[in-house]
Amino acid sequence: MVRNLGTSIRLLVIFMVLIAGVYSLLVTGLAQLLFPAQANGSLIYRHGQVIGARMIGQSFTGARWFDSRPSAASYNAAASVASNYGPTNPALIKEVKTNLAAFLKENPGVKASQVPPSMVESSDSGLDPNITPAAAYLQAPRVARVNHMSLAAVRHIVAEHERGRFLGLYGSPHVNVLAMNLSLLAWLNRHHA
Amino acid sequence: MTVTGVLGILVFAAVLIAIAKPVGLYLYAVYDQRRTFLDPVMRPVERGIYRLAGVREEKEMSWLEYFLAILAFNLVGFIVLYGFLRIQGALPLNPAHFKDVGPHLSFNTAVSFMTNTNWQAYGGESTMSYLSQTMLMVQQFLSPISGLAMILAFIRGLTRRNAHSLGNFWVDLTRTVLWVSLPVSFVGAMVLVALGSPQNWGPYVTAHTLQGARQSIAQGPVGMMNAIMQFGDNGGGFFNMNAGHPYEAPTIASLMVQLILGFSIPVGLTYYFGKVVKDTRQGWTILGAMMAMFLAGALVMYHAEALGNPLLAHLGIHGANMEGKEVRFGPALSSLFETSTTAVSWGSTAAANDSLMPIGGLITLFNMMSGEVIIGAWGVGLLGMLAFAILAVFLAGLMVGRTPEYLGKKIQAYEVKMATLAMIVPTFVILGLSAWAVTSKGGLAGIYNPGPHGLSEVLYAFSSGVGNNGSAFGGLDAAAPFYTWTVGLAMLFGRFAMYIPALAIAGSLVQKQSVPESAGTFPTHGTLFGGLLIATVVIVGALVFFPALALGPLAEHFALWSGHVFGGGA
Repeated sequence: MVRNLGTSIRLLVIFMVLIAGVYSLLVTGLAQLLFPAQANGSLIYRHGQVIGARMIGQSFTGARWFDSRPSAASYNAAASVASNYGPTNPALIKEVKTNLAAFLKENPGVKASQVPPSMVESSDSGLDPNITPAAAYLQAPRVARVNHMSLAAVRHIVAEHERGRFLGLYGSPHVNVLAMNLSLLAWLNRHHA
Repeated sequence: MTVTGVLGILVFAAVLIAIAKPVGLYLYAVYDQRRTFLDPVMRPVERGIYRLAGVREEKEMSWLEYFLAILAFNLVGFIVLYGFLRIQGALPLNPAHFKDVGPHLSFNTAVSFMTNTNWQAYGGESTMSYLSQTMLMVQQFLSPISGLAMILAFIRGLTRRNAHSLGNFWVDLTRTVLWVSLPVSFVGAMVLVALGSPQNWGPYVTAHTLQGARQSIAQGPVGMMNAIMQFGDNGGGFFNMNAGHPYEAPTIASLMVQLILGFSIPVGLTYYFGKVVKDTRQGWTILGAMMAMFLAGALVMYHAEALGNPLLAHLGIHGANMEGKEVRFGPALSSLFETSTTAVSWGSTAAANDSLMPIGGLITLFNMMSGEVIIGAWGVGLLGMLAFAILAVFLAGLMVGRTPEYLGKKIQAYEVKMATLAMIVPTFVILGLSAWAVTSKGGLAGIYNPGPHGLSEVLYAFSSGVGNNGSAFGGLDAAAPFYTWTVGLAMLFGRFAMYIPALAIAGSLVQKQSVPESAGTFPTHGTLFGGLLIATVVIVGALVFFPALALGPLAEHFALWSGHVFGGGA
């Protein structure tokens, strides 16, 4: 057993050098060289300031923006978390009721039966950057009204950002909320500036 | 359920079957034929390592020596990792200035990563420095190899005749790191970074959001850990929410790459097994039985999740259950991933299992309680399945009154006792610890969801620990001392209570002569044996746990569909 322990220690040290040293440095070096944007977090800059990361969701509550999904993490990207509500937990029903009421109030004319579950149920990561295209189109009339845009212009922005399934088979169609809101801002700057 | 969703799951299963042979042949080249295209680079490195570590390549080990070598290597790995976590605050590469990890959590985490469980009672981005994450990653490279080495030794036990040795653990370990883990993880990491995972060592970024708020965004060397986290069926994510976190799986393509990485070695091993026993039908039969159970689980879970929550229908919300799911993955891919994570025992999650529908949760529990044999992690899945195969031939032998044989070796009382032991111990630990938890103050205090779902949380924790899975019903307070220590023990039992009987069987079989196949030999390939194997898994798995499952997910299912919620407040 003592012999085994000696061999174990020597091998562990060698593998730590290979894995924590060589492998880590090689992956970091090549990633920084070949894919610097992704490797550094796919950050988005505006006027020289970081305004977010491409795939990290952020909170949008103002009426002029497309809303993000409900988040148990309040979009804190340094502490991802889910609600972990079970399907028979009264807290889940309460959460959905509250979110639904808020969504219906903010988007007059929308019926509860039109609202996709993902828009009133919280995400897994608490940082979901996407909503379904249906959830975006439901918000389009309100976004158009508040920003004094034509409905067609808003719907055009949604359509531009729609992404389909992978290979037509996997995942769900989605739109990136931050990307849509950035397009919205760009449109407003072009037309109302 | 949609046609696209079902088709996606079926096509995925076909892809898995297609990769089994090439992966299996590569493993055969690495461990048996010992000639691969990587030899010009890796062979000199391998020789250098043996020289530095004082390993004699040609020396073979008995089953006990082999086990002691694994044990020693695991012990040293545990101590070193524990040490790094305890003094993290004084070490470099800690831009977020995290303090030392406490003793309970360090014990739990070090056991967790040494046993290939990767149960995480902490949130990565709010607890671990980059150096600690890197040290966790070192165990993600090494701990799956203990499992893989077990199956290599076991198969040698089946195929060698009148022998006493099962190979050399140090050689199996070193060749796996150099020929399998490092090259695949390197390529995998580069692909995952290209698809959007970060790979940097910088401080967390503060963003000024469009609404004018401040958002702190965790960074880190995510890509390099992600690759081996999935490929090694470890499951310990860089971030708290793991593969659901948009930095770990930013796109659907990224999650698909991770699915394939996680499945590749376990399905490849079934072909490898057939190749080494010189009858590939044996391997295909095992894989067929695994895939049948896997597909059934994935489709049942998808059905339950797509149906959605009837309690929300009263509010007007119709459609799939999206609580704890990401929009880009949707119900079908989330169900495929959560079935996979419990079947292959990698344990990383792309959806919150605690928020699955009761039947979805039942599938995850069943996958783990059946002993993680529905594909299973590196080596241990196939090992558990071969133990079931030994029981199946024993049962078949009883029915016709003949001495059972498996692959030309007589199965006798000793082997059957050991195979039974490998099943009873995990069952006893899961049910015993669950019973303790729901009758003690410490255990009850950690439960999050009310009603039967709370029992499911507890059952899940110990099944995950014993099965060395690592996923959780995340509401449970895993960081409470009661659970850090009990789940820690569960992980140790799950790992070593499996190793000892399995290697003892191998050690006994390797000494036996081979009996020639005759007209009376029960064939262990084809659909008849595949069916018998599934029946053995389901009967042993389901019967023992049925009462507990009836009180947990099944009770919740029936309550849900008759409109009940639990606890006050709604």
